[in-house]
Formats: sequence, C-alpha cells, structure tokens
Amino acid sequence: MSLPIALEHVTHAYATAAGPLPVLDDLSLEMPEGSFTAVVGPSGCGKSTLTRLVAGLMKPDRGVVRLGGKPVTGPRKTVGMAFQNPVLLEWRTILQNVMLPLEIVGSGLSKTQQQDRARELLALVGLEGFEDKKPSELSGGMRQRASLCRSIVHRPEVLILDEPFGALDAFTREDLWQTMHDLRAQEKFTCVLITHDLRESVFLSDRTVVFSARPARAQRTVEIDLGPDRTLEDLYAPRAVELLAELRREIQIAQGREAA
Amino acid sequence: MNTLRKIAVPTAAIVAFLLAWELLVWANGWPNYKMASPSDLGPAFVKYKWLFLEYGWQTLWRTIAGLLLAVVFGVFLGMVMGFSRIAREALYPLLVGFNAIPKATVVPVIALLFIGQHDLNTILIAFMISFFPIAVSVSIGLSTLEPEYRDILRSLGASNFTIFRKIALPKTLPEFFGALKVAVTLAFIGTNLMEIVEPHGRGLGHLFDSGKINADYPLMFAVLIALAVLGIALFYVVVFLERIFAGWAERTPG
Repeated sequence: MSLPIALEHVTHAYATAAGPLPVLDDLSLEMPEGSFTAVVGPSGCGKSTLTRLVAGLMKPDRGVVRLGGKPVTGPRKTVGMAFQNPVLLEWRTILQNVMLPLEIVGSGLSKTQQQDRARELLALVGLEGFEDKKPSELSGGMRQRASLCRSIVHRPEVLILDEPFGALDAFTREDLWQTMHDLRAQEKFTCVLITHDLRESVFLSDRTVVFSARPARAQRTVEIDLGPDRTLEDLYAPRAVELLAELRREIQIAQGREAA
Repeated sequence: MNTLRKIAVPTAAIVAFLLAWELLVWANGWPNYKMASPSDLGPAFVKYKWLFLEYGWQTLWRTIAGLLLAVVFGVFLGMVMGFSRIAREALYPLLVGFNAIPKATVVPVIALLFIGQHDLNTILIAFMISFFPIAVSVSIGLSTLEPEYRDILRSLGASNFTIFRKIALPKTLPEFFGALKVAVTLAFIGTNLMEIVEPHGRGLGHLFDSGKINADYPLMFAVLIALAVLGIALFYVVVFLERIFAGWAERTPG
C-alpha cells in the first residue's frame, strides 16, 4: 500500500549562532497515493529539510506533515530512505545490507523469506550474483543500486530519495533512472525525489515542484505529462524539451536571475 | 611461500638485531657489568627459569587485568563522549590533563593508597596508563559517524541502542583495535612501573629490580627480553582478535 503525503503550511527554521535561519516558509504540498514527485530548487533551499520532515526525523516549527491523513509525530516503519551517499555497512554482505530494514521493523517474515525478498530485489536491479560480495568490492553505481533495494525491501508506503544519483557519472546515472522505473513498475510506493538534475526529474516524476530560494516555498508545480512508459529517448522529444525549458526558466527565477 | 615469508622476514630481522647487539658489545670490549650481550641471556634465563615463569605469569595476568579494565572503562567513556557533545566538551580537557601526568609520579601515590595490595596497585597503574587511547578512539569513531548512517535506522523507528549495536559499534571496531594495540604496550609499561617501585611486589619488574640491586646485568637484560616477548605475544593476540571482529576493514592489497 502507499500513502498520500501532505504538507500543510509548513514553516521551519534552524537555530544558528547568528540567529534563526528560516528554511521552509509556509510550504504546502500534496502528493497523491502512488505518485512520484520530484523537488528541484537552488542549492541550500531546504530540500533536504523536507525529506527529514516527511521521514519524521524532525518536527516542523509550524504546520503539519501528514501521511495518509495522519500527522507525522515521529519516525515510522513505513518509510524508506536513500541518500547520495549509499551508506552501506562495510562489514555486511550486499544481501545482509539489503535485509537490514527487515531486521528493524519486525516484518514477520522468516529469515528465508527475508533473504528471498532481498534476492528478488537485487535481481530486479541487476545485482544477481553479487549477494555475497562486500560493498567495497562493488562500483559506485552498484552500491547505489543496493542502497535502493535496501530502501524499499520492507515495502515502505513512502520512499524518500535525497539525490541518490547525484554522485554518479552521467551514463551510470541514466542506467539507474531506468532501474528506478523498473522498481516503480514492480513496487507500490509514494515517492519524493530531491534532485538537482532537471532531466532526472522529467524522466522519473509525475510532477516536479520547483522550490524558491531559502526560505523555500513551492514556487511552481509542473505536471510531467509524458506517461508511465516513457523511455530515455523520450527525453529528446519536443514535449520533454518543452518541459525542461520550462523547469529551467523556473530555476532561473528561483535563483533571482530572471524576473517572474 | 607467503606464510614462509611472513615468518622468515621478521625472524631474520630479530636475528640481525641480536647479531648487531653482540657485535657492538664485543667490538667495544664491554664487560658484563656495563652492558650484557645476547650470549649472556641464555644462562640467565636457565639460572632463573622458575622465577621467570612465576613472575612472568604474574606480570602477564596483571597486565591483562589492567587492560580489560581499560577496555571496559575506555569504551564506556568513549561512548559517553561520542554520543554527547556536552560530555565531550566537559571531559576532554580533564582527560588530556590526566593523560599528560607522567604515571611514574602516580605510582607512589597509588602504592601508599593501597599499601601492600600489590595486585590491585599494579592493575590500577596498568589500567590508568592504557585507557586513554581507547576512550579517545571510540569517542572519535562514534562522533564522526555520518548522520546518514543514523538516519537510515532512525527513520525506521530504531532505538538508540539498536543504532549503536547494528551500526556504531561495528563501525568503531577498527579504531578500537588500533587503540588497543597501543594500549597493550602501554599497559606493560604501567605494570612494570609499579612492580619495580613496590618492595616485595613480585612480577618481572621486581625481578628486574633485584637484578639491579645485585648488579646482575645479564638478569636485567633477560627481564627486558622476557617483557618484549610478552608484549609481542599480547600484541599478536590483539591482531588475531582484530582479524576476526574487524577483518572487513582490511583492504586486500593490490
């Protein structure tokens, strides 16, 4: 099952030595069940704060974050996260790494079922045969694939991706986009993707939200109407180029380089 | 081939060292009471073999006891400092100051405090001299844990204890074993400081002291060699444990 995410008038500031630093300003967003939302915006505009709020790792100063209608009050077992840094545990095999969330959430699965579930996902992302390798034996792209598997192994309702493809080279990144597409076809979750890559947002998301500079508000939401079966080639079709141009314009405005 | 090399190279180095030592004494024509040579050590060992066994065992178990105490206390202190910024800020100057005090000056204080309790005294000094690197390494290991590691478990509702057990503890093990290697040799220094100073304290340090009193230089040097052997043995026990528990951190060469 997947849950709709809603942010209602969320305002948040960090306490710093120089006084409060506002990062989110009266931010309201709706992400329907099973949708894929990309968030783009200038550097340091509070995108990662958004992920921490949705994950229940932080509480907003004002406003409410809801998952499935219920306010988020703390971490919950139905969330999966992946970061730019794959943060795999070096002393565990890839299979054991992917199984980690199942050990925490008490999935009710037997050890064998847990292994089967992890193997199934690893096969889906093309890591069949690497189950018993250590993370240090894998390339950066492969590690990120394993990290993605770990983030969804416990069938989370909400998947939070904080620039998971940001540190990869361009070709590997496109491979992983494809992998993400495959995962989404197989698994059901509501996904928030933080990214700096506009092509990534157009290829993966149903809608892309452009954040303004800090303190962030949702400056503009662009519906990505390319259909669920889009391919990498579609990124070069006129409609995709149009969307990219539109997003780019919005980013320029967010950065204050162009009048609205 | 590889195993042979692993044994042959250090053995050759030790033999070369002993030869150079022998040669140095021989070339200078130093008599026994100035500097003993390796060839004097054999007879000394044979002459006092029972004392060496008994006192060697005493020194060894006291050192290990002090070391275990240092591990328990050092890991605990490191955890407190690693997880709490306030504790870190409060304890660091205190700890550095304590470590800067030469332990030789603490020896008489402890000896007077627990007069006659040789085992306790010796273990205490071994402990005091060796817990510092352990505490520091564990605290650094924990405080430098990338926040994402914590977040992947915390976002699933894992408790702090679970995070410690599943991630922080194993991730800190390589640093811990690095510090333990330093602590092993330090603990031997601590044990011997006390054994040398305390009258009737027994242990290898005491044997060294009686060698000094009787101007038995071969005995003194034999004690030093015995200490070195014990140190090497304990060091490799730690290396062995490290292989088992933190072997993943070792990169295969090439």
